[in-house]
Amino acid sequence: MFKGLGYSLKQAIVQIFRNKGMTVASLFAITAMLLILGLFFFLTVNVNFITEEIKDQFDTIEVFLQDDQTEAQAEVIRNSLSQLQGVANVEYISKAQAMEEFKTRWGDNAYLLDGLASNPLPNSLRVTLENLEDGELVAEVSRSMSGVEDVRYYQTEVNKILRISEGIQKGALVVIAFLIIVSVVVVSNTVKLTVMARQEEIRIMKYVGATNWFIRGPLLLEGMFIGLIAALIALGCTWAIYARLMAAIGQQAVILLSTSLVETNFMMINLTWIYIALGISIGAFGSILSMRRFLQA
Amino acid sequence: MIIFDNITKRYGSKVALENATIHIDKGDFVFLVGPSGAGKSTFIKLILKEIEPDEGKLIVAGRDITHLSNREIPQLRRSLGVVFQDFRLLPNKTVFENVAFAMEVLHHKPRVIKRQVPQVLDLMGIGEAADKFPDELSGGEQQRVAIARAIINNPKVLIADEPTGNLDKDTAWEIMQLLNQVNLRGTTVVMVTHAFDIVERMGKREVEIESGQIIRDTKGGIAADV
Repeated sequence: MFKGLGYSLKQAIVQIFRNKGMTVASLFAITAMLLILGLFFFLTVNVNFITEEIKDQFDTIEVFLQDDQTEAQAEVIRNSLSQLQGVANVEYISKAQAMEEFKTRWGDNAYLLDGLASNPLPNSLRVTLENLEDGELVAEVSRSMSGVEDVRYYQTEVNKILRISEGIQKGALVVIAFLIIVSVVVVSNTVKLTVMARQEEIRIMKYVGATNWFIRGPLLLEGMFIGLIAALIALGCTWAIYARLMAAIGQQAVILLSTSLVETNFMMINLTWIYIALGISIGAFGSILSMRRFLQA
Repeated sequence: MIIFDNITKRYGSKVALENATIHIDKGDFVFLVGPSGAGKSTFIKLILKEIEPDEGKLIVAGRDITHLSNREIPQLRRSLGVVFQDFRLLPNKTVFENVAFAMEVLHHKPRVIKRQVPQVLDLMGIGEAADKFPDELSGGEQQRVAIARAIINNPKVLIADEPTGNLDKDTAWEIMQLLNQVNLRGTTVVMVTHAFDIVERMGKREVEIESGQIIRDTKGGIAADV
């Protein structure tokens, strides 16, 4: 196979330019598939990211103290909470600290908080759970303690979110698998047209003693080239779209979902490899599939 | 060079060739004649390994090819050259490319290809047409290109399936002269034809097939053993 690599390369390039229509059709097909795939990848990765964030945030119970509680009284409550089963540690968060955290999380929008005349946030204790199963009980006990204003713990809500995100991820995987199959079929049909147009050539090649790999080589490379180019086009489009999307809603996401979206750079680095690998494989696989019938006998 | 030993080939219940036995020696020039559907094409297809015989033994170029794997077929075909009635040139390739293509298949270096293709084209009398495309040539010229392509790799056997079928009388005779030349250089030639005038004029060995049977095998008009 490698003996004829130079020949294959030359033929592949010549054919790509001679069959412009076919090339463009395949290119569009693969690019479109990769873009839709990218969309689902974007969705899955972000859902995954947000889920992890939520999990991190909700292995804690926020115990808000009444405003008249002194720091010494808070320390008493802190001690009794630390002794409860399933509690890893309890941290005292003053009003001022709480405000700082709030500002960091809001990032560029933090200036909105500057308008406040006084700090409306209460002092609080942040209970980190050792295991989530004990959460409900710890929350119950904290709620009944004197000096406690309110307790924030959303286990049922968290579970619901986790279940939904799991559903989204599974659904996305199914859609991605389906899309890959569809795109292989589309490409193989497009390449089949090329092969049919060259059936005579293939027949003559066989008469003069060409091996199947000699015939396959150029078409295979042709498919891979087209896949690669499609991947690059899809990458460009995705980058433009994602960067714009991040600029438009990236910051708002913090306020809406109380978490940020995955960074553009992280997304792009991963997508680059996924697109290139998938594009080339779809192109190659599509070509091989379409040639199978024509290479027999 | 080619030995058919009791070869039988059926398509379903229809017998295409039955107990065919024939020896073709190195350097022979053999005409395969007979009515359409008699089994001539089957004969050629068996040699080219497009089909497998149902019974018997088949030897081509010193090799038992009765059963070959898909991998071995290209190897066999490299020792054969084929010419067809409809030329089968690639329309989007020039004359030079059409012939060079057969050498590329065998991974010859571009330098070697550039040297040998013009030589063979000159030998076929179409050296001038190297840069033309097939549809710019006459039928006779196209067949010359096809013969050039068939012999460029020095095959041991040249198979010609009605090579003059699409040509006028004079052109057909020119093509026959070329095939004769190829034969004189040592290549065994097996030619299927309906043109009895040509067969007669050439005075070579004739094998007649009818209804799947070899009914006559004569050399220059004299009946030989069947």
